[in-house]
Amino acid sequence: MKKLLFFIPFVVFIALGVVFYQQLGKDAEYMPSALVGKQMPEFKLVDMASDTVVSNSAMPNEPYLLNFWATWCPSCSVEHAYLGELAEQGVKIVGVDYKDETPAAKKWLEERGNPYSLVLLDEMGRFGVDMGITGAPETFVVSAEGKVLYRHQGVVDAEVWQTLKEYMQ
Amino acid sequence: MIMLPEIGHYVLILAMMFALALAVLPMMGYLQRNAILLSTAKPLTYLMSGLTCASFIILAIAFAQDDFSVLYVSQHSNSLLPIWYKISAVWGGHEGSLLLWITILTLWAALLAFKSETLPNSTGPVVLSVLGIVATGFLAFILFTSSPFLRILPDQPVDGVDLNPLLQDIGLIIHPPMLYMGYVGFSVAFAFAIAALITGNLNASWARWARPWTNVSWAFLTLGIALGSWWAYYELGWGGWWFWDPVENASLMPWLAGTALIHSLAVTEKRGVFKSWTVLLAIFTFSLSLLGTFLVRSGVLTSVHAFASDPTRGVFILALLVIIIGSSLFLYALRASQVKSQVSFGLTGRESWLLINNILLTILTLTVLLGTLYPLIFDAFNLGKISVGAPYFNAVFSPIALLLIVFMGIGPLAKWHNTKGAMLWRLSWLPAVLAIVLASLVFTFHEFDVYMWVSFAIALWLVLMCLRDWLDKVLAARQSLWQRARKLPRHYYGMQLAHIGVAVSLIGVIFVSMNSTETIVRMAPGDRVDVGGYEFEFLGTRHVEGPNYTADTGVINVYQDGQVITQMLPQKRLYQARQQMMTEAALDPGFTRDLYISLGEPLADGAWGVRIYIKSFVRWIWLGGLLMMAGGLLAAWDKRYRRKTGA
Repeated sequence: MKKLLFFIPFVVFIALGVVFYQQLGKDAEYMPSALVGKQMPEFKLVDMASDTVVSNSAMPNEPYLLNFWATWCPSCSVEHAYLGELAEQGVKIVGVDYKDETPAAKKWLEERGNPYSLVLLDEMGRFGVDMGITGAPETFVVSAEGKVLYRHQGVVDAEVWQTLKEYMQ
Repeated sequence: MIMLPEIGHYVLILAMMFALALAVLPMMGYLQRNAILLSTAKPLTYLMSGLTCASFIILAIAFAQDDFSVLYVSQHSNSLLPIWYKISAVWGGHEGSLLLWITILTLWAALLAFKSETLPNSTGPVVLSVLGIVATGFLAFILFTSSPFLRILPDQPVDGVDLNPLLQDIGLIIHPPMLYMGYVGFSVAFAFAIAALITGNLNASWARWARPWTNVSWAFLTLGIALGSWWAYYELGWGGWWFWDPVENASLMPWLAGTALIHSLAVTEKRGVFKSWTVLLAIFTFSLSLLGTFLVRSGVLTSVHAFASDPTRGVFILALLVIIIGSSLFLYALRASQVKSQVSFGLTGRESWLLINNILLTILTLTVLLGTLYPLIFDAFNLGKISVGAPYFNAVFSPIALLLIVFMGIGPLAKWHNTKGAMLWRLSWLPAVLAIVLASLVFTFHEFDVYMWVSFAIALWLVLMCLRDWLDKVLAARQSLWQRARKLPRHYYGMQLAHIGVAVSLIGVIFVSMNSTETIVRMAPGDRVDVGGYEFEFLGTRHVEGPNYTADTGVINVYQDGQVITQMLPQKRLYQARQQMMTEAALDPGFTRDLYISLGEPLADGAWGVRIYIKSFVRWIWLGGLLMMAGGLLAAWDKRYRRKTGA
């Protein structure tokens, strides 16, 4: 019996090996945020419009979308038009210009229209790290009280909006 | 000379052949009691090592000569790159990192072969042969999946893509080699443990041989981790020094297990107990080094550090891992059950304190392992994907680590086999009282925080106990203090130095989290801002041309009490080849505080978003790391390891 105890490390290791093997082929991209159900992390970022430093208190007092975007990100231009439609329907969207250059971002918004009620500049990606994003675009649903309700990775379109809409209520 | 990369590839194939021979011939020699086969171990090791090094040097030459017909060179270098970055770009990617890994492994093996005179006749060749098995596996991995010598012909690019700007830094020139020296160095302890299992010679002597090797590897790993943390601190532009990132965890786990191993080897050597546990720990430590390589290189976990990932490589590494670790653990299961300790375990002796040390360090290792693998395990049972971040690690890791440090104070005072409680009490009551009083004194100048107060008291306790122990040893006899102090062995001073290093790092960690200031402000030229007793004046930016980048340099004067104390020049760089922006923070380092400025976003009218940090005692974190490393080296240099052993 005591001899069998010495096999424990071996057995545990093999089990771990099986888990690893299953993971190898998988898409490591999708991961729901650990922040869901929690307050949004505190931040201090520059507001593009007013050139001033703003914090959590500047966020809308109603449920809103927090959208990470950048001019270097092709998928962001795909979803941009749809975000414009949502903004026209009265949906509040806060944009975070993620790891981007400000002049380019300003030009982009001038040319394509600005769906955002507020644009925050996260040039170093620090806020992106706090929010646990892995790339752009990513969109969070945030409650009026600043609680993170849902995370979506990738382009927002009419189909995705159906899901997001439910969390907005 | 145009053939050079092909020669490098060919030389690497030869190296693998010799590694294979090393894996097979001495082992056969041991099993058949054939002295001739046993004697092949040393020359085969030298050949394997020499050829691998040659191949590494050839790759470095390809980088130095801008041979962009080599795929790996074209992906990680650029003709404008300064020469020292060209050389360090050799390990800037997956293929070269692995080549560095295996080069260091063979160098360790060669050093061991050189020193193997002190080992008994059959042990040395078996140990080298085990290293040969590991080397064969990794050389095959490089040759079959990740050769750095592949060419892009005939359409070779005019210039290379450049090295990732994050890696163009002095910290990253030396960080990987140091880290790998540590990782791979544990292979020596591993090989000793496996050889002990194979030969059935599980007496205290293997622990004695393995000790200096383990100490040196541990010292390198400590330095490697400290350098990595230092690099992240100034290069990522956030002033953070540890992120609980999977790649960082991958280096921390072998470090924790290796720390446990150092202590458990001491017990095995001195008291002849913990024998099978120490063997398991040696296997465990090296396995974690291999696991780190697997996690970083396979793309199983996403990480900010994961520079290369490829599932086919993942399968190969996993197979390698299963073969090496799986067969070691299987061998362990078969052999370790037959081991019996000859000496009884002293319940009140130092071995008990070291047992606590081992238990706590193992729990810490498993905590990090669990946190790192949690997303994988969670997903394997179809519970969805989730990642645990810094809050998990801080909440679980820190209290256990603090408890460990409390025991670190007591352990060295205890005698082997049996320690009188009264003796421990006599030595430790004063340091305990002093630590509490001093910590409370410091907190009268600062906002009180129970957790920080306890942590600080524990750090002081450790320092005072080290001092108390030394005084006790020095003042014991009639000889003068100096004579006594000189007579204490090097390994004793090594231990003290490393333990004090832990306290120094802990003090750094406490103060940096407790007493640091962080602000982001919009600054136009001429603006002044007060942060933590310093006044910062933004004079504007100027344009700078670097060798392979252009930059905006912010000029900021720092005033204290109305006097200019320094000028700081944070940069925003644009690396042309990759069109990548980089933030180069400006630092004014100090013994008790760092001023840290990074340029954020350019705003209208020449104004910038500026991040200003004041980090208390942040240098102490790495200073502690250096002390630990020095301690590890000093202990390994102890005279008694250089005596010949019979057995």
